[in-house]
Parts: sequence; C-alpha cells; structure tokens
Amino acid sequence: MEDIIHHRRIYRTLNRAVGMAAMVGATCLGLLLATFLIGRIVPIDPVLAVVGDKASAEVYQRVRLELGLHLPLWRQFFIYVKAILSGDFGVSVLTARPVIEDIARVFPATVELAVIATLIGVFSGIPLGIFSAVRQGSLLDHLARIMGLIGYSLPIFWLGLMGLMVFYARLNLLPGPGRVDVFYENMVDPVTGFLLIDCILAGEWGIFRNALSHIILPASLLGYYSMAYLSRMTRSLMIAQLGQEYILTARVKGIAEWRVIWGHALDNCRIPLITVIAMSFGSLLEGSVLTETVFSWPGLGQYLTNSLLNADMNAVLGGTLVVGAIFLGINLFSDFLYEFLDPRAR
Amino acid sequence: MAAALLSIKNLNVIFSGARGEVHAVKGVSFSMGKEKIGIVGESGSGKTVTGRAILKLLPASAGICADAMDFNGQDLLHKSEKEMRSIRGRGIAMVMQDPRYSLNPVRTVGWQIAESYRAHRNVSGKEARRRTLEMLEAVRIRNPDQVYGLYPREVSGGMGQRIMIAMMLIPEPALLIADEPTSALDVTVQCQILEILDDLVTRRGMGLILISHDLELVSAFCDRVIVMYGGRIMEICDAKDLHESRHPYTRGLLNCLPKITGNPDPLPTLNRDDALLNAFFLG
Amino acid sequence: MIPERARPNKSALKSWLLSDAPASAFQARAGRIYSGCLDFSKNRSAVLGLSIILFLILIAILAPRIAPCDPLLTDLKNRLQPISPKHFFGTDELGRDIFSRIVFGSRLTLYVVGLVAVIAAPAGIVIGTISGYLGGAIDTLLMRITDIFLAFPKLILALALVAALGPGIENAVIAIAVTSWPAYARIARAETLTLRSCDFIHAIRLQGAGPFRIITGHIMPLCLSSLIVRVTLDMAGVILTAAGLGFLGLGAQPPSPEWGAMTSGGRAYILDYWWVITLPGSAIFVVSLAFNLLGDGLREVLDPRKGY
Repeated sequence: MEDIIHHRRIYRTLNRAVGMAAMVGATCLGLLLATFLIGRIVPIDPVLAVVGDKASAEVYQRVRLELGLHLPLWRQFFIYVKAILSGDFGVSVLTARPVIEDIARVFPATVELAVIATLIGVFSGIPLGIFSAVRQGSLLDHLARIMGLIGYSLPIFWLGLMGLMVFYARLNLLPGPGRVDVFYENMVDPVTGFLLIDCILAGEWGIFRNALSHIILPASLLGYYSMAYLSRMTRSLMIAQLGQEYILTARVKGIAEWRVIWGHALDNCRIPLITVIAMSFGSLLEGSVLTETVFSWPGLGQYLTNSLLNADMNAVLGGTLVVGAIFLGINLFSDFLYEFLDPRAR
Repeated sequence: MAAALLSIKNLNVIFSGARGEVHAVKGVSFSMGKEKIGIVGESGSGKTVTGRAILKLLPASAGICADAMDFNGQDLLHKSEKEMRSIRGRGIAMVMQDPRYSLNPVRTVGWQIAESYRAHRNVSGKEARRRTLEMLEAVRIRNPDQVYGLYPREVSGGMGQRIMIAMMLIPEPALLIADEPTSALDVTVQCQILEILDDLVTRRGMGLILISHDLELVSAFCDRVIVMYGGRIMEICDAKDLHESRHPYTRGLLNCLPKITGNPDPLPTLNRDDALLNAFFLG
Repeated sequence: MIPERARPNKSALKSWLLSDAPASAFQARAGRIYSGCLDFSKNRSAVLGLSIILFLILIAILAPRIAPCDPLLTDLKNRLQPISPKHFFGTDELGRDIFSRIVFGSRLTLYVVGLVAVIAAPAGIVIGTISGYLGGAIDTLLMRITDIFLAFPKLILALALVAALGPGIENAVIAIAVTSWPAYARIARAETLTLRSCDFIHAIRLQGAGPFRIITGHIMPLCLSSLIVRVTLDMAGVILTAAGLGFLGLGAQPPSPEWGAMTSGGRAYILDYWWVITLPGSAIFVVSLAFNLLGDGLREVLDPRKGY
C-alpha cells in the first residue's frame, strides 16, 4: 500500500517536471525571439554601423553577406539562437570585447548589491510585516503602511541622490560614488567577483572596510524598497493565514501565542514567502539600473545604460537577455517550490 | 445530578462592527455536570458563539459580559489571556466542524496531536509520540504508525475528525465542546464518530457540549437539550422529553422534521415570530 | 440583527438612489455608483489622491496662465538662483525658472500616463478575454507571448525598446505601453476563466449569442472593476518608469521640461543647489503617491475581498 502511494508520487513528480521543462524551453525560445526582433527593429542600418557611410558598394555588399542579412528572417533567427547557446553574444562596439566577457565582469557587482539589499529587506521587512499583521491598526502598522506607500511612490534615483547629498555631501558620514575609493581600485584579485568576499580572502581589511562603507548607501537604498515590498506582502500573507480555522484550533490547544504566530501561521507562509523574496531579488536587479547610475556602481545596470547611450546594440541585447534569463530562472524557481515542496499542493 | 462542571449565568455577547452592534447572545444561563448537553438551533441562533465564548476565543470585536461563568469552581470571566491558555486544552477543549480547515495543512497529523500533548506536559518527543499512537488507537484508527506521518489533505473526512478528537482529548480535559462535529461528514461516518465520542466521553467521565442544528441527532445522543433561537435560550429539557415539548418554537422545529410514518402532505414551515423571542421557556 | 439605516430625513434624490427596491436597471446602477462614491469618500487618503490628480489636470490645462515664465527660456546670468518671490522654485543650471518647468512638465506627465493607459489597457483586456474565453491553442499561444513579455523586468525591456527605437517621448510611451499590457492581459484572462464557467454565460450562449457578443457585452464589463484598480495602481509605476527613462536621457529630449530629465540635469549641483533636484523629484513623488492612494481607495470600493 505504501509502495503504491510512493510510486504514484514519483510518477506525478516526473510528469510535472517534464511539463515544466517543456514550458521553460518554449519561454526561453520566446525570450530569444523577443531580443532578436528588438534587435531587428533598430532604425539604423547595421551594415552602415559597421562600415560607415563612406564605404563603397562592394564593401557594403560584402559586409552585408558577412552579417547574414541577405538570408530570410527565420534563418537569421536560427543563426542567432545557435550563437547565443554557444555563448557568443556578439562583440561590444564600445569595449571591442565579447559581450559575454563584459557581462561576466560586471555582473557580480550587481549581484553583490542585490544580495545585501535583499538581506536588509528580509530582516527588516518580514518581522515588520508579521507585527503589522498581528497588531493590525496599531501605530507601527500604520507607520509600516506609510513607509510602504512612500516606497512605492518615491523615484529611486531621486532618493539615491538625496541620500548622497545628505550622507556624503552634507554630513560627510559616508563616502561618495563608486565601489571603492579610486585609490583602492583594482588592488584586490577578483577571485569571485564579489569585492567583499575577495577582500576577506586576500586578507585586505582596510580595503574591506572601505568597500563596506561604499556599499552601505546603495544597498540601503535598494533595501528600503525591498523592505517596503516584503513587509506589505508578509502582512497580507499573515493576515490571510491568521483568519483560518486551524489557527483557532492551535489556540484551543492552549499553546503559547508566539508559537501560534511563528510556528503555525508563519509556517504556512513559508513557501509563498520564499517566492516573494525571490521576486524581490529579481526586481532589485531592475532597480539596480538606476541605482548604479546614481552611485557609479560598475555593475550590469550601468553597463546597460552606458551601452544604450552609445547605441551598442549587441551589449544592450546581451544584457537584456541575461537579465531576462535570470528573471525567468527566479520565476521558475518559485514555481518549482510551489509544485514540489508545498505539502498542500503535492 | 452531578456537581456543576460548568455554570453560566446571564451570558451576553455583543459584536461591535462598522454597521453598528450585533447582540449575538442574549442572557444565556445554564449549568451542567459530567453529562452530555446538546445545544440546538438554526444558523445565527448564537450557539457557536456561546461555545467560543466559554473558551474566550472570540474575535477582538466581541464583548463578553455575564453575571458568572464558572468552570470547575474557577471564574473564567475574569481570567487573563495567559491564565486562559492553561485552561484551554487541559480543562476545556473544542472539536470543530471540518477537519480540512481546522487542521494545520503543512504539518503531519501526528505532529499536531503530539503538540497538543506537549503544550501542557513537559515530556520528551518519544513519550509524546508514544502517547499519540495510543490516542490514535483509542479513536479506532487501525494503523496509527502510518497515519502519524500523513498530512491533513491525505486523510478522509471521518479520519480527520477522529484525529481532531484524538488531538483534543489527549491532554485529558474535563469538558469537550463539539461544534457541529459531524455536519461535514457522510451519514454513515457520522454514526461512527458519534460512537467514538460517546465511548471516550463516558469512559473518561467528561462533560460534553454538542452544538448542532440536527434535532434528531441531539435528542438521540445527548442527556439534555438546550434549544436556542435569536441568541436566547428557548427551552432546556431532558432529551427523552424533547418530542413532548410544549414550547411553540420547539414544536415548530419538531413539526418540520420529515417522518417516514407521518402525514404525506407538505411539511409546515416554521413561523419565525418575534413574539417567540419573549416567550416563556421550560426548564 | 438588522443593520441601522441612515435617518429618513434625506432628500428625495438620495432616497431614490438608495432605495431597496429599484424600479429599473438604470436606478439600480445609479444607486450602486452612488453608494460606491459614498464608500469612496469615507476613505480620506483616497480622496486626497483623487484631489491631487484633479489638481494636476487643472494645472496642466491652465499651464500657460499659471507659469510666470517661459519654461524654455534660458538666462545664464540667472542660473542656479535660490528660491525667491521672483522664482518660486529657483532657477536651474541654465537659468530657467523651475516652477514654470514643473508646471509645464505636468503636461508631459499626463501625456505619458494617459497614452499608456489608453494603449495598454484595451490591448490587455482584449487579448486577455479572447485568450481566456476561446481557450485551447489560441490561449496557449497568447499566454506564451504574454509570459515572454512578463519574463523581462519592465524597466529593462523598456530600455531595450528605447535603445532600438531611439530616444524620445513617443518611443518612451510605446516602450512603457508594451511592457504594461501583459499584466492586464493576465488579469483579464483570470477573470474570464472564472466567468466562463458561470451559469449565466451558458444561458446567454443557449440564447444564441456568439463569442464576440458574449466577450464584449458580458465578460469585458465584468473584468472592468479589477482592471481599473490595477491600471490606476500601475500608473504610479508608469510615472516612475517614465521619470527613470527621462533621468537616463531616454525620454523627452531637452529642452523639454520632463521631470526626470530635470532631476538628471541637476545632478552635478546637489551639493550647494539642492532645489534643482529636490523640487522636480518631489513633483514625481507627489503624483505617483496620488495614483497609489487613488488605486488603494478604488480597490477598497470595487474589490473589498482582496484586502492588502
């Protein structure tokens, strides 16, 4: 009897996994198609971008054939997909290096920022949300909601500039833009790409402290938005759980109130909450675009904007694809959690 | 007649909401010993609210006031929330209607029963598990080891209610409130659950309050019956005398019940007269 | 347990609107709208949000009357002047009056918000309802397309599109609209799926109504309320995205008084000339906040189940 239940569970799991894999594949293909088409709607003639407008007709033709622009669109798409899958994102017009190398270089800086910001959001937002849910209508609940509302309405680049103005320009508490002081740039081996970890690995405590002081402001900025989002989501998830019958059962059993909230209500929020945190992390990647511009942070966001302003389409599309793939990955991870780990859904 | 296990005098519950106040329970008074009492009424008669008021588990918008509310000699009315927690589970417990909703979906049923035991007794995990398995056997579950590791969505309705009963009786309370325990179950399963409840309650010498809308069930199962309507008690009588009741509301309810040997004409509908609210009651 | 009703000393119109037994569909609908407005007006922050937006519309319409100076007129002698009675918000790095620029910038903001709503919302509702109602292969195809758009973060996709199309306010509007419609399509589809299995839809179909009539006449109106809430809340984000694009130099091009671009222009001067950035940024904040408040208020009125 137990074996049958077990086998059925495995069969259902495999079935779902195959279904999801197929959907993932289709969406990835769609992602590539979207970037491919965006690349093709550029009003600038890509051939002219390469040869310049003083080239002769034969040079023009040669380059045109080289770029494969004479082929039908669907064949161009296949070539494009093949190139992407083998890691060839084209060459950046600005840096004259393969785009994928550039992205690999700048990406860890953004991740470092997003991770620390998410940690700030998690450790401040979730307890705030729980408290708001348990004590609805209290002063802290109202404050939390106001903070959340402000978080949804403040332009992030403006808050960043204000932060710089107050903490750097006026109060001189924190250093200015950049990842480290100019003096310390390129002094640490980029083992992992995460500056803080690399400093620890190299034992460079002075540079570590400097990097830490540089990351506080941008990470807090992003962390504030993360906190606003997480506290609001946690609050609504918890309120939904606290209204359920099993919470009444738990109270009837006579267990301590904190256990009811953390052990029962929060427990049931576990999976949706992890999903929410993953979403928050993903949206921070988006917020980093503007933050990095304000703080001159050498990450993917700044890379995208620079490439954009210089009409470096390969770089822009490569970056967009990477971010899109990550977003997709995060969404899939959340779906995976729901499908396979939630005892309610199994 | 047993000594008073639970004694309630003039209980009133008022909900204050956005659209004004709702007086859900009006002047309810009764006392019971180690017997089975049924509280019967339509939806909205206040029977569930009465049950929750005894445990003081109403939402914050509810105001409870009474002349007295005593359990085993202790005054429940003036107890703080912390003191109530030691009474809940250990002294008074409650079984709810639908185990699909009243059990925690992300924990195994065994864990939940064990938690109920460990809330009031400082025992090891192994001891709690052993007691849980014993209790699962007491509610006639045939393979307790396997059931221990199941999740609430993996058990049937009848088994879920048995688990609920096990969970509520494991700390050995003196009074059990059963709020429509069989309403969500198939008829065949209902009898089994009631049998289990009867057996356990009698053996342990507990008091039982059975809240239901099913008049026949309550009259067959309980010792005494309380009929409620509009937040008030209409009548308190012995179960065996229920069918001979003279109270207009109770008679109205009895007349609505279909009988296989009865009149083939259409059943009468209950005449909900506000005058009933002021009618006398027999007790 | 009868809820207390308002006192009977009301005007005849009010009692007609709030009557328990409306005599016609028109009366019922008017009554519903009236009680909805009453509920809405109880929510002070929502009313505040609505007032701010109406105020903004008023300013945009009366901009030439309100602004004391020409927003595009540069005056390098007067650059970076602080707040004064002559220049309410001071002057920027090219000597232009910031107050006038903000007033005229309100037109650009409303332009963007209005166009995005008008383009994205109908597109989303049409695609969503068709997809949800017809089901099958069309549904799968349209939802795949929607998912692909939703797989990108909105700002990044807007960036990519603006990169491809070139900077400018129209392209920014198109880019933002393209990133917005998928969410509306999703909502419309979810509502359609719930409604599709309702008995009244079966009844209409039995009466011989074709899919077009069912979708346009019955399903779309019912999706409207949740969509209105979502669109209003989204507008707050649209303003922020548009300002972000402007900040990066991808929205309205100089010398247009777009609020995001104004913030970007003042970056170098934050140390000593704080008003150049603070004031346009506050304008963005206030309008975005207004849409958030309005959207929350509408959600309370139109969709009380989904308490946030």
